[in-house]
Amino acid sequence: MTAAVESPARTRSTARPGRALSRSRGATLGLGVALLWFSLLVLIPLAAVLVTASEGGWSGFWQVVSNEQTFAAIRLTVLQAALVTVVNVVLGPVIAWVLVRDRFWGRSVLNVIIDIPFALPTIVAGLVLLSLYGPQSPLGLHLANTESAVTLALLFVTLPFIVRTVQPVLEELEPDVEEAAASLGASRTTILVKILLPSLVPAIAAGAALSFARGISEYGALVLLSGNLPMRTEVASVRVLSYVENGNTAAAAAVATVLLVVALAVIVVLDLVQRRVARRG
Amino acid sequence: MVKLPRLLTWTLRVLVAGYLALLVAWPVALVAQHTFADGLDAMRTALADPTVTHALWLTVEVAVLAVLVNLVFGVGISLLLVRYEFPGKRLLSALLDLPLSVSPVVVGLALLLVYNGVDGWFGPTIERAGLQVVFSTPGMVMATVFVALPLVIREVVPILEEIGDDQEQAARSLGAGAWATFRRVTLPSIKWAVAYGVVLSLARSLGEFGAVKIVSGNVVGSTQTTTLVVEQKYQDFEQSTAYAAAFLLAFAAVLCLVVVTVIRPKEEQK
Repeated sequence: MTAAVESPARTRSTARPGRALSRSRGATLGLGVALLWFSLLVLIPLAAVLVTASEGGWSGFWQVVSNEQTFAAIRLTVLQAALVTVVNVVLGPVIAWVLVRDRFWGRSVLNVIIDIPFALPTIVAGLVLLSLYGPQSPLGLHLANTESAVTLALLFVTLPFIVRTVQPVLEELEPDVEEAAASLGASRTTILVKILLPSLVPAIAAGAALSFARGISEYGALVLLSGNLPMRTEVASVRVLSYVENGNTAAAAAVATVLLVVALAVIVVLDLVQRRVARRG
Repeated sequence: MVKLPRLLTWTLRVLVAGYLALLVAWPVALVAQHTFADGLDAMRTALADPTVTHALWLTVEVAVLAVLVNLVFGVGISLLLVRYEFPGKRLLSALLDLPLSVSPVVVGLALLLVYNGVDGWFGPTIERAGLQVVFSTPGMVMATVFVALPLVIREVVPILEEIGDDQEQAARSLGAGAWATFRRVTLPSIKWAVAYGVVLSLARSLGEFGAVKIVSGNVVGSTQTTTLVVEQKYQDFEQSTAYAAAFLLAFAAVLCLVVVTVIRPKEEQK
């Protein structure tokens, strides 16, 4: 490299951190390329969904969403995702607690098991659950093609979210505070409710948002397990897919818009929670 | 540290172990058991089926390409997000998480609307230029890249923030160019985070189902990936083949997990 190229680099390096982008042509180019790719891959296609959904106007959109079968699918999806999130809000912190504070043989195995639903392909997850809760269940529990199958599949795929957001927070809590509270005469319940719980709430909320978003959007794990029975076990994603397969992309886009709006709301909630945590720290 | 009463400790322990066993461990073990119920027969039959082998290769091809794209994009955008200031940075950072909460089916639909060759926004133009996106490998790679997009970024950004840019500035002031600084100063300190992100992306990419199902058209022996084969074989009552293909996918996923567990402590030692 010539000296002419090096000297601007040297002036740049003396600048304080958080340099403005305009100082580096390479970074500007990189940002341009990255934004172009991100737009082509994510933003424009998602915008296309919204535009396609709006082409029929409000009445067209409403006609699709209020269709009896579609409405049932959306209702089932939202209710099941909410139910599963509530279960996770209760069980997630408990699992995280056992993994962080308890010491027993097999703890590290449980720790790896938590990640399996995240790594396992969703279609395999469905097949896996079918082997224990399907027609040939060794437990005699035949849940396939029922509403419980939807709950089960969603519980499986959303298992890691709250556990994995709460776990690091629990690990980094200072034991001093709890000891100080105890030495001042606070009972166990008081310590749990007044000291531990408040510091875990942002993590639980962030995990709950992710878990709800995942529950709403799940498709693969449900395909084999729930049977996709119209009005009974059919979820919104399946509805989108059948509209696509019938060539009715406008209707598919309308239902997809409902899912997208929920996903966006979740992103906003997550961002707000994270900013609150950052401000506190 | 607050200690729970013994009885409660044991109750929670049993509750958690029982829940995880019933929800995850036992079902996963059953799939392995189903696959090898007749020894290696099911696996041999599955691997002799050209539909399955073709799907396996296609899955590997699509996943590797998607991971490479996400690796370059992820590391690049992480550097830009952490080291530079620009208008709209917070918005971009929030939008980058969007793929995690968008349904794979919606991802497939979105790509279809823009890139299909008949009435898509860009599809016909691109197809006239000689590149078919939808119902072909490029579209499947795009769908896979989409769903795994934030994984590398989420691993690399916190590490970049943590290490700060003192060393990079020192390297620059000693005359190192941008590329040399990246390769010899930045990369060594983020390499475990990058590796972790890559393994997570690979696991996600190998297992993508919904988005690929729409974008690929699910053509047997042509654009059918392994996850799609699992579905089809199961519905065609070729259950042993479905279990064998599912086992291969699950095995790859668990292998990725093991690699991640091995990588993680090394990163923490630093």
